[in-house]
Amino acid sequence: MSRLSDLLADGTRPVVTAEFPSIDGGGMAAVERAVAELLPYVDAVNATDNPAAHAHASNTAIAIAMKQHGLEPIMQVVCRDKNRLAMQADIIGAALFGVENVAILTGDDVTAGDEPEARRVFDLDSIQMVKVASGLAEGHYLSGRAIKEPPTLFVSAVENPFAPPLEYRIERALKKAEAGARMLQLQIGYYPERLENFVRGCVDAGVTQTTAIIPTVVLTKTGRALSFMDDSVPGISIPQTTIDRVAGAGDKEAVAEASYQVTLELAQHALSLPGVSGIHLTDFRHDGSLPRLVEDLKIGPSQHKEQHAHRPELV
Amino acid sequence: MHRLIPIFEHVVKKPVWDCRMCGQCVLHSTGMTCPMTCPKTLRNGPCGGVREDGGCEVKPEMTCVWVKAERRSHSPVNPKRWEAELNHLRPPVNNQLKGTSSWVNLMTGADRRAPSGWTGETAPAEDPEATIGTALVEIDDTTLLPEGFHS
Repeated sequence: MSRLSDLLADGTRPVVTAEFPSIDGGGMAAVERAVAELLPYVDAVNATDNPAAHAHASNTAIAIAMKQHGLEPIMQVVCRDKNRLAMQADIIGAALFGVENVAILTGDDVTAGDEPEARRVFDLDSIQMVKVASGLAEGHYLSGRAIKEPPTLFVSAVENPFAPPLEYRIERALKKAEAGARMLQLQIGYYPERLENFVRGCVDAGVTQTTAIIPTVVLTKTGRALSFMDDSVPGISIPQTTIDRVAGAGDKEAVAEASYQVTLELAQHALSLPGVSGIHLTDFRHDGSLPRLVEDLKIGPSQHKEQHAHRPELV
Repeated sequence: MHRLIPIFEHVVKKPVWDCRMCGQCVLHSTGMTCPMTCPKTLRNGPCGGVREDGGCEVKPEMTCVWVKAERRSHSPVNPKRWEAELNHLRPPVNNQLKGTSSWVNLMTGADRRAPSGWTGETAPAEDPEATIGTALVEIDDTTLLPEGFHS
């Protein structure tokens, strides 16, 4: 199985995942720069699939490039842009290059992006696609057509414990686990009590027996960034007290520090919850805060040198 | 008569549920809320974009179809069945049934037929004689190929 799934199954330390930056131009050098920035600090990284409905270098291309540069990819597959044939082909194609981790998402609507005129596809929903992807690893396409020597796949999904209907989110997590998701990365959230209820519910419902739960925190620098997420990203809500605490901290440096502290506290709280297997880091700062965060949290490969020895060198 | 059934069904279901004639109705297991009215046509629960007030990500003025479905599934009208069925895993939409009558498809079982890979079965290998590649080898006169075949 993939390095990520082995690490989760091992369970000796929390895993650290992150988001690969969107790549457009710059050739492979652009990929290499991003790999070098992340490789020492994280266990696996999401190769995003047209995030926020903006076109970028594809999920498959980035996942393969990451793999070739020694960084463990989690290939995101969103249901918005492609039908069932294309999504299956992408997963099977990337698997030829050793991409084993796939994360299935519904995807932001096309209206969230810069090409709102695009046709939305949503041929399958994310739970259906989780089951279809699991079927590929079992040796058949959705049609039932057999795949000789099927690829090894570690299928995962996402969930948002912070958006209504709150109670139903646990049942949806269970449904995803039953469809074959072995890891759930969670949406960015600023309500620790909602996360706590969700994780406790997942433990009680048996979700965590099969499926690792990975909450997400985001590194931001300003109060304005928090206000933007609160106002403009559907599914993300931030308490006004949190925004005020950051925005009112003082000068630019004090604001950035307050913002970092908010992220650190959320991450510490998330990692303290029984049933949580790691943390997902989204970095909007790119100022060295990510290495600082993993050091403060004492997590990830850079804090566990014995794991590091098994990692391939950056080519 | 059979041509009139879908029209009759649409006349009844459009004003009440904004029916989209997917031909495989699941209203009874989604709290009588049509999942095809979700802009993402999600049949297995809400996406992560539901707004703090329960509004839809795409159409903020509309309450999320699944927020409604979850609420209505507890309705006293038929709580046992609606609550139990809300969490059923619904198979991929069969796009071939679009525009046909779900009442007829319910009767014939066409609305419950899922691809064999959905139920975990592996289909028997295709007869190699029947594949187009094999057939091509046997065609000497390529002008016999259907129009557009070369593109």
